[in-house]
Formats: sequence, C-alpha cells, structure tokens
Amino acid sequence: MTRFVLRRLIALIAILFCISVGAFFLIHLLPGDPTVTILGPNDTPENRNALLKELGLNLPLWQQYLTWIWNVLQGNLGQSFITHQSVSKIISSAFPIDLELIILSQIMALGFSIPLAIASARRPNGLLDRASTTTSFGMLAIPPFILIVVLVLLFSIHLHIFPGPGSYVPFQQDPISNLHTMILPAIVLMVGSTTIYFRLLRADLIATLQQDFITVARSKGLSDRYIMWRHALRPSSLSLLASAGLNISGLVAGAFVVEYLLAIPGLGFELVNSIQQVDYLSVQSITLFVAVVIVLINFIIDFLFTVVDPRIARE
Amino acid sequence: MTMASERSENFPIHDENPGPLLKVRDLRTTFTTPRGKLNAVDGVSFDLARGETLGIVGESGSGKTVLSRSIMSLLPRSGLEQSGSIEFEGIEMLSATPDVLRTLWGAKISMVFQDPMTSLNPVVRIGRQITESLRLHTGMDKTEANAMAVSLLTQVGIPSPEQRVRNYPHQLSGGMRQRVMIAIALACSPRLVLADEPTTSLDVTVQAQILDVLAKLQEERHMSVILVSHDLGVVATRTDRIAVMYGGRIVEIAPTDRLFRAMAMPYTKALVASTPRLSQPSHVRLTAIEGRPPDLVHLPKGCAFSPRCSYATDKCHSEVPPLTASRDNASHLFACWNPLPSTPVAITTTPGSSAS
Ligand SMILES: Nc1ncnc2c1ncn2[C@@H]1O[C@H](COP(=O)(O)OP(=O)(O)OP(=O)(O)O)[C@@H](O)[C@H]1O
Ligand SMILES: [Mg+2]
Repeated sequence: MTRFVLRRLIALIAILFCISVGAFFLIHLLPGDPTVTILGPNDTPENRNALLKELGLNLPLWQQYLTWIWNVLQGNLGQSFITHQSVSKIISSAFPIDLELIILSQIMALGFSIPLAIASARRPNGLLDRASTTTSFGMLAIPPFILIVVLVLLFSIHLHIFPGPGSYVPFQQDPISNLHTMILPAIVLMVGSTTIYFRLLRADLIATLQQDFITVARSKGLSDRYIMWRHALRPSSLSLLASAGLNISGLVAGAFVVEYLLAIPGLGFELVNSIQQVDYLSVQSITLFVAVVIVLINFIIDFLFTVVDPRIARE
Repeated sequence: MTMASERSENFPIHDENPGPLLKVRDLRTTFTTPRGKLNAVDGVSFDLARGETLGIVGESGSGKTVLSRSIMSLLPRSGLEQSGSIEFEGIEMLSATPDVLRTLWGAKISMVFQDPMTSLNPVVRIGRQITESLRLHTGMDKTEANAMAVSLLTQVGIPSPEQRVRNYPHQLSGGMRQRVMIAIALACSPRLVLADEPTTSLDVTVQAQILDVLAKLQEERHMSVILVSHDLGVVATRTDRIAVMYGGRIVEIAPTDRLFRAMAMPYTKALVASTPRLSQPSHVRLTAIEGRPPDLVHLPKGCAFSPRCSYATDKCHSEVPPLTASRDNASHLFACWNPLPSTPVAITTTPGSSAS
C-alpha cells in the first residue's frame, strides 16, 4: 500500500515537472506583448524596457522559468501583471465553480447512464436497448459548443426555463439560483459523459452477465436485481472508470468552453482573459494548477481501480 | 459428527415423504440454432430416490450439462423449447414461476459447477458468497451466517477458515475454490445437489479429495446427488446408479455394480475402454472411441451410436432401440438391439461404496 502510493508519487513529480516546462514554454510562444496590454500601444521603448525589467521579462527564458518554479514550489503562484491580484486568489475563487460544474455534470451522467445501462443490458437488443443505443450514438456526434448554443436558445431565450449567459450567482450568495444557473452548463457537460459511460457500462454488463459466476448467483436463488447490483455492476465498471480518467481533461476543457460562452467566472473564464492580456504568470500558474488537478484526479482513479477490483494489486 | 447433528437442528430433514425426490419424464430440451433444431436432451426419463447418488456419464456433447441445468430449470428460457416433466418434491419445475424457482434454488436444489476458476465472483469476498444464500433462505442474521460460513469452510476442509472468509477468490487455489463452491452449494442443506463435472478442471489428487468431501457431506445430510462426469472411473466408486448418455438420450442405466458386471451397450463398453485408470502407467494410450460424437441437429437414423458401433446390424441403422429393462434385472435398462453378453468388466474397485 505505502509502496503503491510512493511509486505513484514519484511518477507524479516527474509528470508535473514535464507539464510545468511545457506550460511555461508554450505560453511564451504566444504572440503578443504584455507591455502593450499594460502601457497601451503608444508608449516609448524606454518605458517598455523599464517595465520588462520590473516584471523580470528581460531575463533569459530558462532563468524566468527557474524563478517561477522556485516561487511555485514555495507556494507562491505569483501575481497578475495586469490586475496585481495574486494568482492563488484568482484560483481559489474561480476553481470551486469548475469543481461544482464538473461534479454536478458527473453526478447527472452517472445517474442517467447506470440505470439506463442496467435496463439495457437486462434485455440486449430489446426495445429500450435499441432506443438508448441509437440515441447515445447521436448524442456522441454533437459537440458541446453547438449543444450549448442550442440549449441556451431553446431554454433561456425562448422558454425562459433557465437563466441566460452572464447571470451567474455565487453559491454562497444564493444556492438555489446558483444551481439554477449551473444546471444548463452541467447538462452540456453531462451529455458527452453519459453517452460514453452508458455505452461502456452496457457492453461490459452484457459480457459480465454471461459469466459463470452470474449463473452461480442465480443458482443460489438470488433476485435479478440483487445479482445486477451486487454481482454484475462492480466487475463491469472498470472500463467506465478508465474512461472517466481519460475523460477528465476533456471535461475540464469542455467546462472552460462553456464557462467562457456563458460568462461564468470559473478558471476557464479567467484563463481565457489572461491569455488575451498576455498575462504570462497567470496563464502559466493556472495551467500548472489545472494540470496538477487532472493528474491528482487520475491518481485517485488509479486507486479506485484497486478498490473496485481486488485482483489489481496495489504494488 | 457433532457438526452434522448441529446442522440437522437448523435444517429439519423431512425424509418421511414417500416416493422419489425427483421424477423426470420424457424430458426434451431443444435449442433453436442457425442450423436447425438441436435436441440436446431427447426424451430422458428417470427417478432419483432420497439420499441416492446417480452418476451421469457420456462423451463431450452428449447433453449432460443441458440435462442437469434443465433439471434445475436454470437454462435461460428464451430460444428454448422444453417438454416432458420434472417433478422435484412434488413441484413441477418446467412450469414453475421464477419466484417459485428462486425459493428452491440454493435452498432445496443446488449446483456445483465445472470450473471453480470462473464460478466465483472475483470481486466479492468468499464469506459473502457463502452467506448470501444463507441469509436469503434461512433468515439468519449477519453474525449467524458468518459463523455458519466459517463452519462450512471447516467442513469442506479449508484450513484457517476465519481468515479465508475475508479472502477474494484469486487468493485461493483451484482445489480450494471448488471446496468453497461445495460449501456454497451445501450451505442451506439442499435435498438435491447437481454436480456437473465438479473435478474435471482439477488435478487428479485434488479430484479425489473434492469428491470425498462431497460424499462425506452428502452422507451427513442425507442428500441426493447427481454426479455428472465424462469419466466413468470418477463415478464408478461413488454412485449408486449410473446413467450413460449418448446423443441427448439415456442409452443405459443400471445400479453401479450391476452395470460393471453386465453392461449391455457397446457404447458403455467403449466408454470404459477410454477411461483412464489410476493404476495404469500414464504412458498407456487410451483407446479413444472410434468416430465422432453424433451431430445433435441431424441424429443418425436408427440407433444414434450405430455408425460407430462394431456390432451394428441393419436393424441398428434403421430403427431406434427403445430403452427397455434387462430380462434378468428390472432396474437395468438399456437401448440396444444387440446387447453384449454379460461379462463383468473390471474397472471398479468397490462398486457402490458410497451407498448410504
Ligand atoms: N445454449 C445453447 N444453444 C445451443 N446449443 C447448445 C446450448 N447449450 C448446449 N448446446 C448444445 O447441446 C449439446 C449438449 O451440450 P452439453 O453441454 O450438455 O454437453 P456435455 O455432455 O455437458 O459435454 P461436456 O462433457 O463437454 O461438458 C451440445 O451439442 C451443445 O453444442
Ligand atoms: Mg458439460
């Protein structure tokens, strides 16, 4: 157990090092000049150079990288060049919004896909199975940025069921209205996950239900429902779990797009703003933070594998 | 022995009921396959007395598994045609509702499956796999059921059972898993246990141990057992009666000692000749039965074994021999136009030793 965690931790550090290097250098490839954002396009070259020096941007890239990473390691993510807000503050106020969005969407996705997969797997090629398989196939083909436009047009602008873009309310201020505004973006994120989870779980369940141990369970007189939940679901959920791990970065990216389109002040919204303003430090640190979160979630999922299937040794 | 008396208090045995435990009459199980109708079980009839052990032998594909699953009514009912009658303790299994069957399965009638490697759920602890039927059928609470699981593991000869109940199947050897399967099947002291090749996938020394455990527990609980095997040697010493299957039919059925004294079917004799013997050096080649098992979709005309039978006459190729009693022994039935003269065949050491 400790060896399992230790080995994963070492891998984690290596991965994060690579990501930090990647994030740093990719962002410095971005076109644009932070001094233009801060001083405007008409300032003198002297003033610009002075500002570059002040921000440390005149140093060689590797030195900038080391300074940044040294600060990050000490827990200091730096300050925005433009707003002078500390990046940690930006993250701590924006990240919970992403978290809420993603958790909400995943709860809904599992809430739909698990019962649907169970019902479909009970009668493969039955009416329900064919209907849901076809529907899920169609859903898979709709990209989220189109879905959000359609849903907003339909539910906010025409039907007025959900509030439209720009009406975000913080959870602490009013939980009900907050959930009301978050439902629509969560649905957009949910659709992709639901179809994937449904298809994987359905296929695995059908395979598991053919196994000898299911016949043995039936021969004990156990009810179909009990067999499904107790004997079939867990050994069938490995693909689902693996896909959840692979899916997580796509999910974060999806959340960012949706936030940006609906003006929800999550990390995605902040990140796009920072990129537009060529705010190097914010972009680097937010990117690194997101990478850490994604890696950590995968770390947790790896651990969940060993919980779901005892045969997967924790070594 | 104390164990046995403890158990009979928990599960009172009503053996005063008259008549056989199981009555199978003209059972037919037909699958619809792309090639046509396949009669996996084709008009099988027999009775099973309480406490009796019936062996069912036959080559691969002769319908042994389908027969035993039909008796339990465990086959998926879609795409399946069944006729005839299976009466178990007065209940007609073929027309029983799923709810009725679920009260019988695991409680009154249970099964030990062929492959212990795939018969246990890999993600559920051993203990739970034993206790779930106990809790369902006997209304024991968690602690009682757990204690019973430990006791059952002791009875099937698993060392340190307190630890084993917390294990997952992959932590056990094949032989131990099959012991666990027996513990599961016997948990609620069923009246009938169907053991479908319970030892085929295990090595020879373990085979004998497993069958001994099964025989011991059977005697303690006065259960009936149907022991399915393709190996006559396995059933020879552990059964009261043997039914020989060929092409979905019973072609010979007799008390075990009688069968080996006076087998009538050339097929039974061929089966004996193809049976490996422990006493034989392992390099002795077995005489495999000439030819191939019949195609169940298109059974040969006449006796299904006739194309492979060296005694076959014209009649054998054209008319199906009925299953009839031997002239000198009413409990010995066979379906053959040219039965063998009664010459004892030496394969058994102590025929019918497990008679109780
Ligand atoms: N679900 C099914 N659908 C179609 N045919 C089947 C099905 N199950 C079994 N059969 C066929 O029924 C016949 C009898 O099979 P069965 O499994 O009972 O043989 P067996 O005597 O148990 O053989 P073995 O010793 O190999 O276990 C075989 O020809 C098999 O192909
Ligand atoms: Mg079989």
